[in-house]
Amino acid sequence: MDIHEYQAKEILAGYGVRVADGGLAYSPEDAVQRAREIGGDVWAVKAQIHSGARSKAGGVKICKSYEEVEVAAEAMLGHRLVTQQTGSAGKVCLRLYIEAGTKIAKELYFSLLVDRAHESIIMVGSAEGGVDIEALAENSPKKIKKIQIDPAVGLLDFQAREMAFYLGLEPSQISPAVKLISGCYRAMCDLDANMIEINPLIVTEGSGKLMIMDAKMSFDDNALFRRQKVAELRDKSQEDKREMAAADRGLSYVGLDGDIGCMINGAGLAMATMDMIKLAGGKPANFLDVGGGASAERTEKAFRLVLADEGVKAMLVNIFAGINRCDWIAEGVVHAVKKINMKIPLIVRLSGTHVEEGRRIIEESGLPIITATTLAEAAEKAVAARNEQVAKEAKEAA
Amino acid sequence: MSIFIDEKTTIIVQGFTGKIGSFHAQDMIKYGSNVVGGITPGKGGQTHLQRPVFNTVREAVEQQGAEASIIFVPPAFAADSIMEAAEAGIKYCVSITDGIPTQDMMKVKQFLRKFPKDKRMVLTGPNCAGTISPGKTMLGIMPGHIYKRGIVGIVGRSGTLGYEAADQMKELGIGVSTSVGIGGDPINGSSHRDIFEKFEQDDETKVVLMIGEIGGSQEVDAGLYAKKQMSKPVVAYIAGLTAPKGRRMGHAGAIICSSGESAAEKVEMLQDLGVIIAPTPSAMGETIANVLRKR
Repeated sequence: MDIHEYQAKEILAGYGVRVADGGLAYSPEDAVQRAREIGGDVWAVKAQIHSGARSKAGGVKICKSYEEVEVAAEAMLGHRLVTQQTGSAGKVCLRLYIEAGTKIAKELYFSLLVDRAHESIIMVGSAEGGVDIEALAENSPKKIKKIQIDPAVGLLDFQAREMAFYLGLEPSQISPAVKLISGCYRAMCDLDANMIEINPLIVTEGSGKLMIMDAKMSFDDNALFRRQKVAELRDKSQEDKREMAAADRGLSYVGLDGDIGCMINGAGLAMATMDMIKLAGGKPANFLDVGGGASAERTEKAFRLVLADEGVKAMLVNIFAGINRCDWIAEGVVHAVKKINMKIPLIVRLSGTHVEEGRRIIEESGLPIITATTLAEAAEKAVAARNEQVAKEAKEAA
Repeated sequence: MSIFIDEKTTIIVQGFTGKIGSFHAQDMIKYGSNVVGGITPGKGGQTHLQRPVFNTVREAVEQQGAEASIIFVPPAFAADSIMEAAEAGIKYCVSITDGIPTQDMMKVKQFLRKFPKDKRMVLTGPNCAGTISPGKTMLGIMPGHIYKRGIVGIVGRSGTLGYEAADQMKELGIGVSTSVGIGGDPINGSSHRDIFEKFEQDDETKVVLMIGEIGGSQEVDAGLYAKKQMSKPVVAYIAGLTAPKGRRMGHAGAIICSSGESAAEKVEMLQDLGVIIAPTPSAMGETIANVLRKR
């Protein structure tokens, strides 16, 4: 689960990390009011959306008057911002964070991540902040330092110091840096975060103070049950409606840009089936894992979810019944098709436990369901049915 | 014996008396697995499925000589159960439970490392379908009947895609020595590479099939090991050709975060390492058959 910049800053401030003065705004009037409260003569107006790379998409504006703050707020609020990370649909901006402008002497990069390969938390830093860290890692890996943290003893001060010196900080800034790094690390462990990214971490001009300018945090979904306060930070406006509906029904769904709808049991088999569709010349409309126990009720929900995407031209069901049984699944499919008025072709491939009974139920239902025995056959039939459907719709339109 | 378990292996079920634990324990017993009891704290002394229930894993090890365990404990308590098994002297543990927090798994891995290698419990999973040595024993939730006994070792992250492979092979008359599910989580007990090591030493395994997917670097690490240390041919299929970057495809571990983690990149690297690639998921059986023909 992702949270907003302002939420991450609030959390980290609670761990003793210095952040600039700022406040939340829901309207242009709010935004001006926040600017007045903060004082000074420069403010940053920042769109609160779950995405990085906001500046390039017009999601961060430096303003030098209240009028500029109002105009910037007007331009962002209620609009969908399309960044390099959001996809073409973009993300809607409903909240702004107004922050005191700060003169920057240096921009640094700092993050904490779960490192799969080493099964630990890793600390990453670079003296070149404010940039795309992935590009930096690719082009000049020597400008990045990584330090593994042993889960048994946690972050040690010398490791934080090593990172602080690597970032090129002055001797007087080392102790505040160690405090900042350990604050982030404690937040990471206490709250089951997967990632904390501070980009940039800045050194202010003149006073030479360390401050976090932008902060991203994301959390382990599997640990939300024990992090109630974190779970409450969820902002549903930033999530895809269908994916959210699926998650609330215990289904795993990811929308894609093709037009062959899929319902499959198991994440691996789902990915493999989508691969087969692509190899057969089609494009999957979604990833959908209905899980092990695909009951009639669950099947119907999954059907409704897939068919809610109006771009879907054909639907493929691929179930390998393990502990489940093909006859139960077939009954669920027949029930769903009868209940929902399906207007597009349906291809069903069943395999595994009680497969003969399952196939018989589909056949005897009298419904226009296309059946397949192998994975390859299912994908080919789905692509063919999709092409026919597209041709049919074009003819009807003409 | 086959890797990890055979018909003699004494098995206990952690989370024995719960609905899911009971269901699968019955299934395993029906398959012929030597289930000698189970654990449900607070129900020690009772009998369930004609087998004794214990409060702790230690009692089950002491009284029944339990060697392997399978975990159906809910995610909030699963990491604790795994560590209890390791401490009690269980040799091999499968965690079926999915949804265990990542930081809990870090602790588990750290805890396991404190044991010297010869005394260290092997963990596979979490979030997997378990392990089966067809015709001998099953420590998992898979449909046992789709596996034919044979000479191909299977290791994979996904349950149903593993069934698909076993089914394709059975159709072609090819059997399985042992099939190991390592699970779809970002941090798991054993890696593809760990299982490769076991298959390389196993007399009954002649060919290895790796069923991988997007995310992480485990498949390529295993490929490197195969090139350097293995005499047995390795076939691989990598799922997720169509998966976009940054989107989690069901499994917590199936997400492309950095370069080298996409299916196409993994396939290319594995090919360079001499791994035989099954180009499509429907060609897993066929690709194995071709390799067997050339032996």
